[in-house]
Amino acid sequence: MTIHNLYIFDRTGTCLHYSEWHRRRQAGIPKEEEFKLMFGMLFSLCSFVNKMSPTDMREGFVSFQTSRYRLHYLESPSGVRLVLNTDLGVSSARDALQHIYSNLFVELVVKNPLCPPRAPVQSELFRSRLDAFIRGLPFFAPRPS
Amino acid sequence: AMEVIWWGRERRKLSSRELFVLTYGALVAQLCKDYEKDEDVNTFLDRMGYGIGVRLIDDFLARSAVKKCRSYSETADMIAQVAFKMYLGVTPSVSCSNTAGNEFSLILDKNPLVDFVEELPAERASLCYCNLLCGVIRGALEMVHLAAEVTFLQDRLKGDAVTEIGITFLRKAEDRKHKRNK
Repeated sequence: MTIHNLYIFDRTGTCLHYSEWHRRRQAGIPKEEEFKLMFGMLFSLCSFVNKMSPTDMREGFVSFQTSRYRLHYLESPSGVRLVLNTDLGVSSARDALQHIYSNLFVELVVKNPLCPPRAPVQSELFRSRLDAFIRGLPFFAPRPS
Repeated sequence: AMEVIWWGRERRKLSSRELFVLTYGALVAQLCKDYEKDEDVNTFLDRMGYGIGVRLIDDFLARSAVKKCRSYSETADMIAQVAFKMYLGVTPSVSCSNTAGNEFSLILDKNPLVDFVEELPAERASLCYCNLLCGVIRGALEMVHLAAEVTFLQDRLKGDAVTEIGITFLRKAEDRKHKRNK
């Protein structure tokens, strides 16, 4: 079980944070474009899911999977979006994403007066705590390459 | 004022709530020194509150884990019963004040921010002492895509019978139902 990478977007589409741990293949486009592509896809997908749902909606879009990886998604009502890519061994990362939002992002970024809103996060403390948390997850075991 | 409180409480340590209330009072007092006109102080308090509100919303969402509200009425209830309780320890009563369903009033029975304030000084008769709260509510609502006007309709400090905050949700041009069904 592996964790590939994590994106955090704010409500306007700015990528506030990106980290990768076990990403074996790059997208082949500049990072800026990659973030825009990710955000645009999520925006369209959430809208699509809301519109086409055959039953009453609760959470909306939660995750998608391919034959190799699973993308987990969490959006707060204030528009903060967290995206975690893992391998297929991880069925749900919702709790991890919730922890990252409530205990790391809100505590260390939102409440930090030196972190301006809508700007990429510069806080070293946030970066290191996030890294420590991800590495401490039970599904973080690095695969032998 | 600080010494009076100190001796009056028999030298018990200041609680963090008292510290907050006193700090707020010091803030308002300083603003009154900086600005001559009451309206300017009120505007500044509202603006500061807005800056707090746009960040506070994430803390509120993280700690309360509430789901999206599906109507203005649910939102007003959420503000009064969950948010006010969480941050100020009081629960104002909520009522809808028009038939269109977008104007609400919150009546504060107890207001911790004015614990140490008896009445406004004569030269500050139009000061909205707690105007920070209006800005906080407005900023927080804006972050969840709800535009609203928030003002004090009545204020005990000005001699009114109760302290009442009015929240008017502004309808946007787009269809509101679509957002609410999320």
